[in-house]
Amino acid sequence: MTADHTSQSTSEVELLSFRLAEEEYSVDIMSVREIRGWTRATPLPHAPAHVRGVINLRGTVLPVVDLSVRLGMPPVEGDARNVIIVVQVGSQTAGLLVDAVSDILALPRSELQTPPELAADTAHSFIEALTIVEGRMIRVLDLTAVLPDDSAEAA
Amino acid sequence: MATDPMAEIRASFFVECEELLESLQDALGEMDEGQHDNETINVVFRAVHSIKGGAGAFGLDALVAFAHRYETVLDELRSGRMEVSPEAMKLFFHAADLLQDHVRAARDAGPTPDGAEDCLIALEALIGGGAGPAPVEEEVSDFQPMGLSLDFGAPEDDLVEAAPEPPVWQICFTPSPALYASGNEPLHLLRALQALGTAEVRCMLDDLGDLDTLTPEDSALSWTILLTGDLSEAEIREVFDFVEDVSTLDITQVTADRAPAEEFGMDVDQGFGVPSGAVDVPTAAPPKDIAPAVAVPALPGPQSPPAASAAKDTAAPTEASATVRVDLDRIDRLVNLVGELVINQAMLAQSVAEAGLPPNSAVMTGLEAFMMLTRDIQDSVMMIRAQPVKPLFQRMARIVREASAAVGKEVRLRTEGEATEVDKTVIERLADPLTHMIRNAVDHGLETPDKRVAAGKSSEGVITLSAQHRSGRVVIEVSDDGAGINRPKVREIAIAKGLIPADALLSDSDIDNLLFLPGFSTATQVSALSGRGVGMDVVRSAIQSLGGRITIHSEPGKGTRFSISLPLTLAVLDGMVVNVAGETLVVPLSSILETATLAEGDIRALGPETNVIHVRGTFVPLYDLGAELGYRHPKSSYDGGIVLLTALENGARSALVVDAIMEQRQVVIKGLQRSYGHIPGVAAATILGDGQIALILDPADLVQNASGRTRAAELALAG
Repeated sequence: MTADHTSQSTSEVELLSFRLAEEEYSVDIMSVREIRGWTRATPLPHAPAHVRGVINLRGTVLPVVDLSVRLGMPPVEGDARNVIIVVQVGSQTAGLLVDAVSDILALPRSELQTPPELAADTAHSFIEALTIVEGRMIRVLDLTAVLPDDSAEAA
Repeated sequence: MATDPMAEIRASFFVECEELLESLQDALGEMDEGQHDNETINVVFRAVHSIKGGAGAFGLDALVAFAHRYETVLDELRSGRMEVSPEAMKLFFHAADLLQDHVRAARDAGPTPDGAEDCLIALEALIGGGAGPAPVEEEVSDFQPMGLSLDFGAPEDDLVEAAPEPPVWQICFTPSPALYASGNEPLHLLRALQALGTAEVRCMLDDLGDLDTLTPEDSALSWTILLTGDLSEAEIREVFDFVEDVSTLDITQVTADRAPAEEFGMDVDQGFGVPSGAVDVPTAAPPKDIAPAVAVPALPGPQSPPAASAAKDTAAPTEASATVRVDLDRIDRLVNLVGELVINQAMLAQSVAEAGLPPNSAVMTGLEAFMMLTRDIQDSVMMIRAQPVKPLFQRMARIVREASAAVGKEVRLRTEGEATEVDKTVIERLADPLTHMIRNAVDHGLETPDKRVAAGKSSEGVITLSAQHRSGRVVIEVSDDGAGINRPKVREIAIAKGLIPADALLSDSDIDNLLFLPGFSTATQVSALSGRGVGMDVVRSAIQSLGGRITIHSEPGKGTRFSISLPLTLAVLDGMVVNVAGETLVVPLSSILETATLAEGDIRALGPETNVIHVRGTFVPLYDLGAELGYRHPKSSYDGGIVLLTALENGARSALVVDAIMEQRQVVIKGLQRSYGHIPGVAAATILGDGQIALILDPADLVQNASGRTRAAELALAG
């Protein structure tokens, strides 16, 4: 949330783009804390399917979200080539399991377009904006929607 | 918040207030036990006064107004115009509680507490109708010079009060070398004299030879003291009680006019005349190194006040203990980092072991030293979080006062082991269960005054609250000297409520433990205090959630004792590391009764999907951890499987199937709530030596949410 506000106040936006099942996605770079190599996550009982488990991030317990499953695609295999992007939204920190990180893009905010409403897609509610860079369509994720909801899980 | 300096100062004022309130409670407690000396009364007065002063600076008018009127009454007490009576003590306690409420109200900008006005009026009535002032004054004035001269450092007051022709004593004190040899210290004696009255101290240097002839073992100094005060010779001699045989002491009474002072002044001149250089004096002084410190204030001129007040100043600042106020977050971060260090060290040890180095190589010995150090650091860091239970006990003192007033019983709370240190979180989470237990003790435990008298006891009931360390745990006990548990009645109620069958055979302790059953309340009448549906079962689950145990011990006619045993810290836990379906889990050791291997005939089918096992005459439900946590389907057969027998809060047992028991070790607890949220059956997580996260189970929660499926392998995965 806070990251969104800070980036909106500037005309430029920097995005970290990554690959997920041959498609390109991106997140606001202001919310990215670090990028880690794949480590085996400890599965959590009674967790939703997209919560891969928890990993040890220098002593804190970090939940890892399998982004593919979250976006309605088959799960990521999970091997040495995969990476975990550690993101922070508000006070919540989580890891996103993706295929590979590809690029850092800087573009004017005006080039971001609101995605069209397509009711059949589960994934679309997670997508905040769309943009085209060098002929490739890049989806910008809405992290607040992607991350496991604190209040719902705690209930 | 942190950027506003005013808010910070305000916050630290309230922290100080808490400390002052604590010392106020302490001193009132001492007064209640019969210590009516000026020092104690002054502590009470000063605490209220300081709160008033600080509150004034922040414009907290309601607090100032209350503190001011309270202080006014206390001032009467301090000046000896009022007597300490039990009624007055009650009011003082009540006012202290209200003062605390006022402080809290001011801090949280809440409404000012009710009943303050009534209490103040009652207090002020005490001064108005003060009883028999003459004898009281006499009694208190015995102590007065001591308290006043020490605390307020105002010699003028002493002079003014001692003005009507007090006798002047001249004391010549010449210590022999044996005095120093036996470890005595003239400075202390001189200070003791100063505490008795106004003392003019002169150091006599007559015997002090030249530096080259001086033997350090000899005693070269003597003192002449002019003591002004309403004293008898015996009182002065008492000061020198322990040194009389190793010193020459000459005490004479001189008249109050200044003649002796002149004569005295000549002595000093003489004293100055003898040594060739004044520089020698401090260095050539007797073997004790404090002695020069006395010699120095004694040197300047014949006026006494500077010397006297200098010595007073050195005597005063003993109270300030060296403490640092640290933000709790910083400590938690440190605790976390140390936890990290422990894990890292385990990982290092693992890789060193894998490298196959010889056991006595430098790396191995170095690593062992490292392990010892980390363990020491861990212990020290855990100790930072530890806090004395005293504030908690003080809160309980208030509960006792309020509760006893509500039910019209006379109750005295005795506390023991207030300095016992426990983890801060434990203290915080102990407040509610302890409050409930104290209320129970007042309401149910103690009899009414008439019944007590009839039973040959004092009409005043005593509740004892104690804390102590016992074999790595903290034991907190709440005991009363009441009638004890009425076992026939407890049994009757349990049968009436359908908690036990009417013909159940129960031992005394079994009956006592019925109190912990949910929905049990012995009070035939629901009083304002207890019996509001919150029973001892809630207390027990609160204690158990802290990793503690609670037991009852009761003797008819003599009283009941509840013992709570708690772990020292919540940051580490003794656990059993087990393997279930390829996952590593930690089960708290405190919940495991025993472990067993299942033989063929042990398992009996209960329902279509459930099994029980037969252990020592009782049937225990069987839970497959792997299935309950969604790691696998229930197995087709559990023969030869390993089970952990756990005890639940209500005394029921359950058997948890695991694949293998790995080890038993201490693990650092990492909360899951903040990063993910609550998971049914899981208490927290920890990081193992290999850097992997393992979940720590909460067996009680697990069983509560468990399906109990241990058969029917064709069913879908649970969860």
